[in-house]
Amino acid sequence: MAVKKVGLIVNPIAGMGGRCGLKGTDGAEILARACELGAVAEAPARAELALSRLVGLEDRIKILTVSGLMGEAEAREAGLQPTVLFTTDCDTTTGEHTRRAAREMAAAGVDLILFAGGDGTARDVYAAAGTDTVCLGVPAGCKIHSGVYGINPRNAGDLAALFLQGKVTKVKQAEVMDIDEEAFREGRVSAELYGYLTVPQDEARVQGGKAGRTQSDENALDAISYYLMDTMNADTLYILGTGGTVFGVKRRLGIAGTLLGVDVTNGRELVAADVTERQLLDLLDQKGGAKAKIVVTVIGGQGYIFGRGNQQISPRVIERVGRDDIIVIATKQKLAALGGKPLLVDTGSEEVNTMLTGYMRVVTGYNEQIVARVSS
Amino acid sequence: MAITKVRKNYHQARWDEPMIFELSTPGVRGIIPPAPEAEIVAAVGDVAGGLPEGIRRSAAPALPEVDQKHVLAHYLHLAQETLGSNLHADMSQGTCTMKYNPRVNEDLAADPRFAHVHPWQDDDTMQGILQIYYEFEQIMKAVSGMDRFTLQPGGGAHAVFTAASMIRAYHRDRGEAEQRNEVITTMFSHPCDAASPATAGFKIVTLMPKEDGYPDLDALKAVVGPHTAAIHITNPEDTGIYNPLIEEFVKVVRDAGGVCFNDQANGNVLLGIARTRDAGFDFCHYNLHKTFAVPHGGSGPGTGAMGCREEFAKYLPYPTVEQDEGSGRYYLDFDRPESVGKIKGFLGSAGVVLRSYAWAVMMGPKGLRETAEMSALNNNYFMELVKRIPGITAPYAEGHRRLEECRWSWQELTEETGVGTDDILRRVGDFGLQHYWSSHHPWVVPEPMTIEPCETFSKEDIEEYAAVLAQIAEEAHTDPEMVKLAPHKCAVRKRAAEEELDDPTKWATTWRAYKRKQGMA
Repeated sequence: MAVKKVGLIVNPIAGMGGRCGLKGTDGAEILARACELGAVAEAPARAELALSRLVGLEDRIKILTVSGLMGEAEAREAGLQPTVLFTTDCDTTTGEHTRRAAREMAAAGVDLILFAGGDGTARDVYAAAGTDTVCLGVPAGCKIHSGVYGINPRNAGDLAALFLQGKVTKVKQAEVMDIDEEAFREGRVSAELYGYLTVPQDEARVQGGKAGRTQSDENALDAISYYLMDTMNADTLYILGTGGTVFGVKRRLGIAGTLLGVDVTNGRELVAADVTERQLLDLLDQKGGAKAKIVVTVIGGQGYIFGRGNQQISPRVIERVGRDDIIVIATKQKLAALGGKPLLVDTGSEEVNTMLTGYMRVVTGYNEQIVARVSS
Repeated sequence: MAITKVRKNYHQARWDEPMIFELSTPGVRGIIPPAPEAEIVAAVGDVAGGLPEGIRRSAAPALPEVDQKHVLAHYLHLAQETLGSNLHADMSQGTCTMKYNPRVNEDLAADPRFAHVHPWQDDDTMQGILQIYYEFEQIMKAVSGMDRFTLQPGGGAHAVFTAASMIRAYHRDRGEAEQRNEVITTMFSHPCDAASPATAGFKIVTLMPKEDGYPDLDALKAVVGPHTAAIHITNPEDTGIYNPLIEEFVKVVRDAGGVCFNDQANGNVLLGIARTRDAGFDFCHYNLHKTFAVPHGGSGPGTGAMGCREEFAKYLPYPTVEQDEGSGRYYLDFDRPESVGKIKGFLGSAGVVLRSYAWAVMMGPKGLRETAEMSALNNNYFMELVKRIPGITAPYAEGHRRLEECRWSWQELTEETGVGTDDILRRVGDFGLQHYWSSHHPWVVPEPMTIEPCETFSKEDIEEYAAVLAQIAEEAHTDPEMVKLAPHKCAVRKRAAEEELDDPTKWATTWRAYKRKQGMA
């Protein structure tokens, strides 16, 4: 069996703000305050726990990491012999170190980047490695809104081992989410969608996938896509939103759309990809009185349908199209995982938010809909 | 007082049993029938000669060649590797209403006077079973308040399908079949309340529960309308929560011109207490194999007894069983021109109806009510024990009692230890108890467990099950790996590669498919 390469990144300060009630550890000032408050680094121990699950695979894996507490120390503590990509002073590691590590690992063609941290770390990994490299998070941060982490360090280690041994081969795209720590400290929660990391698919071991697994996401997307295919009208302008679910449908319908952008079609024919609000309004003007529909999905774990990652579909666009011509699509698993919480809208316009609240039908399969509450 | 014993030293037989096909030795025979005598051959002639060419086999069937003793041993081994009914406290299968089924009913079903009846006999020669069908229908009418029943459907989902077909016929006759194409259900109703109407051609609209777990009346009001054909709803839902607004649900749908179907697969707890007709429903069904005490561990046979109001009776599957008022004779009525047709061969599963009739008559009206009361009491006693286990919760309906079952959540334990419900349910088998049922999909309740301690379980059975769960919860903290790798003492081990279940090239449901996929054929 070929030797698999694993990139290992530990954000040693991740999680330090949590125990002192600081809600996060983004920014040097906050880190200093955390240290004053007696915060102890917990991420290294959590990373070690995950790495201990890779013991026994030494002959089959090669670990690339960064010096000191950014991975080397934890790997050695777990009894593994890593290769150090570059050296850093571990007292002052920053997000730039994480990004540099992820960049070099992606360039080295690693099979998996295993990183320990929180949402901030996931954002850094995503910014450097994008969606082409398979990644997996060991939960160690204060904030875990992203769906890219194992449900605990042990499970993350187990899943990494299974993936490296080829026992888990499927991957999926999971949301990288983060909240504004400043706003959170002031009592406001404002989560943003930053992108998608590709993670090994094992619903039992990855957070956010707690909704069972008889019907795979792929099957559900097939059913939703066939339904749209049979109901889409060639004379109608479709504004196709962002995210993995809509992207999955775009691919199935043969539309060359984007993952993180809003695309526009006439029926199934692409008119414009990755459009801005201005372009959307122009296209609606050109279309005159003809019918237009918006297709959006639900952000996993959060429930947002407007205002997160799809701000191009602005209040003005939504008003022009109208509530009845909004098609929300989602897998049943995704809706179930909201645990009874409502769908959310945060369009930036109180008026449009109010118009959208109430109940909406969400397309979950062929001729199947789930009625969900929408709140702002 | 009986003892409560947790069987820590249990171990199941593990036979390492080959497939029956692998036991095959060419030339070995179970029995060798004697050659027919010359006179018989002469009288009968060429028996196979009359078969059309198209249905003759070109080669002998590839059956395994095994002698009688080894066939018997093989299936005994497989039986010993199964935690079947009546071996232990099998309250594990929540929503399945596993209860002790009196053995005397098996004697009745095996009695030659019943077992040798042929469904093609003339009605006059099988008055006994027709009378039982007729009288059992009267019992079901009394239990539910409905006007007519069919005992033909082979199970719950089949009964729901029958109702959906009849509802479509009803709307067709009113000229609304095209318009009324949506069936509404709830997330905690049985999945067949969505799947069966979908099979009958309807669009399905599912209501999410409110945050407190109760069905959402406002959601219903938001979607009901001229497209509504029916609501198919379970009450109590699979959470064990009774919908206190059920009459409102019915009213909203009826006011919109829709039909109301009550899935009573969870009806054990309402026998003699509440009648579905009194809540305003047009249709309902009971699973005879569950509530009416028929063994159903091996996937059948079952019967979904489906009832309706008089207005819909003309659409019932044919034949119905009727009694001639003058002569008192029972007969099969095939002359039902508006029937949706036949939905199962002959009379359905007559053995299930016979056992259910015997059980209901033995219990009597008071006994049926006691069944309901004991099942609620047992569940609530079980809940008091389980609530004390750290890491498990009973989400929803805070401060209210559940009826006959509860959908629990191990979420807290999972977050603390990484041990999930799929691990715990496998570990249960190591104590000689059946692995429990987690939940239908999708999992609205995270890390779910659904347990239904029916009326036939003793206090000690319930305490044993709760003690086993408490022990496993403790093990999740002290030795999580052991729990995750469970079972250790069962005939089979944990599936190693779950992912392969999604890969059609890896699994097989027949020997022929297995050989093909393994490259053996």
